[in-house]
Amino acid sequence: MSMNRRQFLKLASASTILGVGAASVINNISNGSLEAAQIHPDPRALKAKRWGFVVDVSKLTTDEDYQKCIDACHDIHNVPNNPNPRHEVKWIWKDTYEHTFPNTAEDKIMNRELQEKNFLLFCNHCQNPACVRVCPTKATFKRESDGIVMQDMHRCIGCRFCMAACPFGARSFNYTDPRPNIKVENKEFPTRMIGVVEKCTACYERLAVGKQPACAEKSNGAIVFGDLEDPNSEVRKLITEKYTIRRKPELGTQPSIYYVIGGGEHA
Amino acid sequence: MLEKALSGSNRYWAWIFFLLAVIGIGCIAYMKQLNEGLGITGLSRDVSWGLYIGQFTFLVGVAASAVMLVIPYYLHDFKKFSKIVILGEFLAVSAVIMCVLFIMADMGQPMRVANILLHPTPGSIVFWDVVVLNGYLLLNIVIGWTTLGADRKGVKPPDWVKPLIYLSVPWAVSIHTVTAFLYAGIPGRHFWLTAVMAARFLASAFSGGPALLILLALLVRKFSKFDPGAEAIQAVGKIVTYAMFANVFLLGLEFFTAFYSNIPGHMHPFLYLYTGIDGHTKLVPFMWISSILAVVSLAILVFPHLRRNENILAFACAILFISLWIDKGFGLIIGGFVPNMFEGITEYWPTLLETLITIGVWAMGFLVLTVLYKVAIAVREEDAAVEH
Repeated sequence: MSMNRRQFLKLASASTILGVGAASVINNISNGSLEAAQIHPDPRALKAKRWGFVVDVSKLTTDEDYQKCIDACHDIHNVPNNPNPRHEVKWIWKDTYEHTFPNTAEDKIMNRELQEKNFLLFCNHCQNPACVRVCPTKATFKRESDGIVMQDMHRCIGCRFCMAACPFGARSFNYTDPRPNIKVENKEFPTRMIGVVEKCTACYERLAVGKQPACAEKSNGAIVFGDLEDPNSEVRKLITEKYTIRRKPELGTQPSIYYVIGGGEHA
Repeated sequence: MLEKALSGSNRYWAWIFFLLAVIGIGCIAYMKQLNEGLGITGLSRDVSWGLYIGQFTFLVGVAASAVMLVIPYYLHDFKKFSKIVILGEFLAVSAVIMCVLFIMADMGQPMRVANILLHPTPGSIVFWDVVVLNGYLLLNIVIGWTTLGADRKGVKPPDWVKPLIYLSVPWAVSIHTVTAFLYAGIPGRHFWLTAVMAARFLASAFSGGPALLILLALLVRKFSKFDPGAEAIQAVGKIVTYAMFANVFLLGLEFFTAFYSNIPGHMHPFLYLYTGIDGHTKLVPFMWISSILAVVSLAILVFPHLRRNENILAFACAILFISLWIDKGFGLIIGGFVPNMFEGITEYWPTLLETLITIGVWAMGFLVLTVLYKVAIAVREEDAAVEH
């Protein structure tokens, strides 16, 4: 078979396009579990099979206790302080018992102390996250290695399906440019642009260098972070010893935040 | 054939330029949204979908409704639909184009939308919605254009179109089922978590879409020499009536389950929409207007002798369309977000810019519809001239 240069180039370019195109589609579909990994992992990095939190609100008494945790997170992650409540961006926040556990809010004669207690809320890093299931671009995904529900702000197309799907209201959307609302920018962490969703990512960047999540570090022991799969971890000990509840467990998402609500004698 | 859209009366051109002007205004408003973000809309952290997604959902129904003409004509050989069926197919084309535009308008980062194809995620319903909507658009363009082209030449449509026509039937059902699955599979949104969602979507689609088609057919007859057929219009009227009864019945089922079970999470969205909660009553008048219009339209349509009067039929179809537009294009989406995940209430109301963008997209749909109908009408008028 003979061909001139023109035909050869045609054939070569067509097969390249087909080959590359097909390879990328096949790669994308077959390697769904492929993870971005560091070439040289830091030896100090904290590792777990499934990270989780135990939040003991009895150890949070003053407004300042809550605010310290919130500020620690929002400052290092460049979370904008949007003055418009409708456009609020928050990764961790304080809310009432009724809002935290709305399915139990109908009880009018329950323990007053508990009912008046405030809680710290952030992403539950669910084992079966609804947000990950609905995301059309895998911009939000669960890290197979440690169960953190991640958010890739550079892939997010801003469809907000994850916000509709998250039963915990853990996700915020940048309705306006976030950058003017960042008071002091932390150059170590990326800022975001208009039109993407963001949320708590369990301080993956701190874990990678051997540090605890910022909220846990500043919480005076109210937030304990550890491996839920490790029976000897501190979180597992707390969950075994104390009565804990999770938000909306009936939805089957398996949240990884356990709240110690006790404090009373019988708890 | 497209050249037929390039010659028309002064009235035709006035209408085209009016639509272009409205589209232009919509584009300017959209530029502002593109620059400043979705903050220019009435959306919020709590109500994160609104008018755009509501219009998208509603218009998927309008698109799917073409099947109500395709089934009788192609599967049951119901000859009276021979002229009107092209109007249904072209309506589907313009409705799907509007759907795609509304999705684009709703994206926070529209220039990244190709990520849906670059990172295909079959686990996400959005992926399937993109597949079925684009497939349906293609099917209807190919089928409509080919059959009309054959008609123009006075020959039978080529054989290869038949399988595509048969394929378009389940495909139409699939677009609205998949769209319902966007909502019906979300844990924690009680208003949407219902197995009859897809069925209700189809019922409302098969009444609202054909109701619009009746109005369009009457307009086409008024402004051109092309008559889609009085009997065809009556037959579509029957379809509208049955489907609307099914829709209202299914809505009634939702009320029963929510209120007889007495589960607060299930009742709250209904209470918000129809009575308001703690003084938050923005949507209440609209939901009641929707309910009243639905009842009145059914009270008219159920009597054949009223339906046979085309003026009364047109009136009933118009109020039925408005009723469904409020219910599905607005209430259904907002009801899913109020109360929010914390049982708190944040109300939603579209802003002026958001409304202008929405009207701009509708104008774009009407432009596509006008051009396609112009071609279809011109071909049919030629046919009529040859016959005589």
